[in-house]
Amino acid sequence: MQTHLAKRVEIIIEAPMQRRLEEALTRAGVSGYSILPVMGGNGASGPWTREGQVGRAGGLVAVICIVRPERKDALLDAAFAVLDRHIGVVSVSDCEVLRAERF
Amino acid sequence: MDFLALAEQNLVSPIVLSFALGLAAALARSDLSVPEAAAKALSLYLLFAIGFKGGVSVNESGFTPRLAAALLAGTALSAVIPLVAYAILRAVTNVGVVDAAAVAAHYGSISIVTFVAASSSLTSIGMPFEGYMVAVAASMEAPAILTALWLVSRQRPGAPGDTGLWREILLNGSIVLLIGAFGIGWITGPDGRAEITSFIDAPFKGVLCLFLLDMGLVAGRGLRQSARLLAAPLISFGIAMPLIGGSLGALVGLALGLSTGGVAMLITLAASASYIAVPAAMRVALPEANPAIYLTLSLGVTFPFNLTLGIPLYIAAAQALAG
Repeated sequence: MQTHLAKRVEIIIEAPMQRRLEEALTRAGVSGYSILPVMGGNGASGPWTREGQVGRAGGLVAVICIVRPERKDALLDAAFAVLDRHIGVVSVSDCEVLRAERF
Repeated sequence: MDFLALAEQNLVSPIVLSFALGLAAALARSDLSVPEAAAKALSLYLLFAIGFKGGVSVNESGFTPRLAAALLAGTALSAVIPLVAYAILRAVTNVGVVDAAAVAAHYGSISIVTFVAASSSLTSIGMPFEGYMVAVAASMEAPAILTALWLVSRQRPGAPGDTGLWREILLNGSIVLLIGAFGIGWITGPDGRAEITSFIDAPFKGVLCLFLLDMGLVAGRGLRQSARLLAAPLISFGIAMPLIGGSLGALVGLALGLSTGGVAMLITLAASASYIAVPAAMRVALPEANPAIYLTLSLGVTFPFNLTLGIPLYIAAAQALAG
């Protein structure tokens, strides 16, 4: 099976900032991504769980984008402009995809 | 009824005991939980029911100048209370400008669940209140946020704004549903209520009990995780500020000439602190503010105080002042 190199960018961000990140990604030409709820975890502020949060304000979401390598920097610039003052984690990893024309 | 009788009746009501059960379960690290989607459905029901009933009441009484005056007064109260809260916080606690402004915003805005609980208490003792207080509650959600942002902008001129923030605040789901249901009740009136009375009247208190069970769980978990951040001055603020805000609400309610029940509701609104709309706005506009401080204060200290002792106190005060 023919595969193609791509970059997988995972952005964990506060739920109230989700729409702003989506708009920034669209402006940066990133047309495909998936959004997953974050159920809990552990970090610099200690353990955290979605359970016990009122409304979306205390929630986190994970935005996963897979892009061609040459689009990675524009994506990261757009994400950083939104994340700058906010809680969040951005990670980049190499991956392989089928059907390169979709990314 | 005097305060002690009201408090005794309130403390052993199913509503308060449900909250206490949730709080105790969370503090004891029980795995009891209300699924997020179920909690959302319960809150949708409560908002629809309380909004609808308010609208029906206005349909019966008609639009009055006092309604418009109450809306303006509620907006003004919400804008002014954060100034008082901010000044107190800066004077008696060691929280910084941004945290103080964020906390102040919560205390200027309102808790619709506290409003619902107070309306249930008033209904229990047969004390009517103006139906348009629902619209007053909606009008008090947002101005406090504007005041808080202004307080921060004085210290940090040129801070970046967010054009989408106001649309999100003014069109947040709770406000849209509350005002929308109010409009439906206003349009359809008593005939509309008669059609759905078995849905909005009979299950109301039971649903409120379940919702408050969840609120108790949430408050308990918040307290367990963040209580160490709250020093004595902050906890004192969380109990004193509702009394100060409530006093301002009483003055405004009396000046407006509201009924005894209406004054009690305005005191309750002015005494309550937001934990849904304002935290979301603060995460966007003031991300440097520590949510563990403002959420634990509003949900872990002020909300339980209002639910247990505050509401009977506000009703007793309204009876003494306007009865």
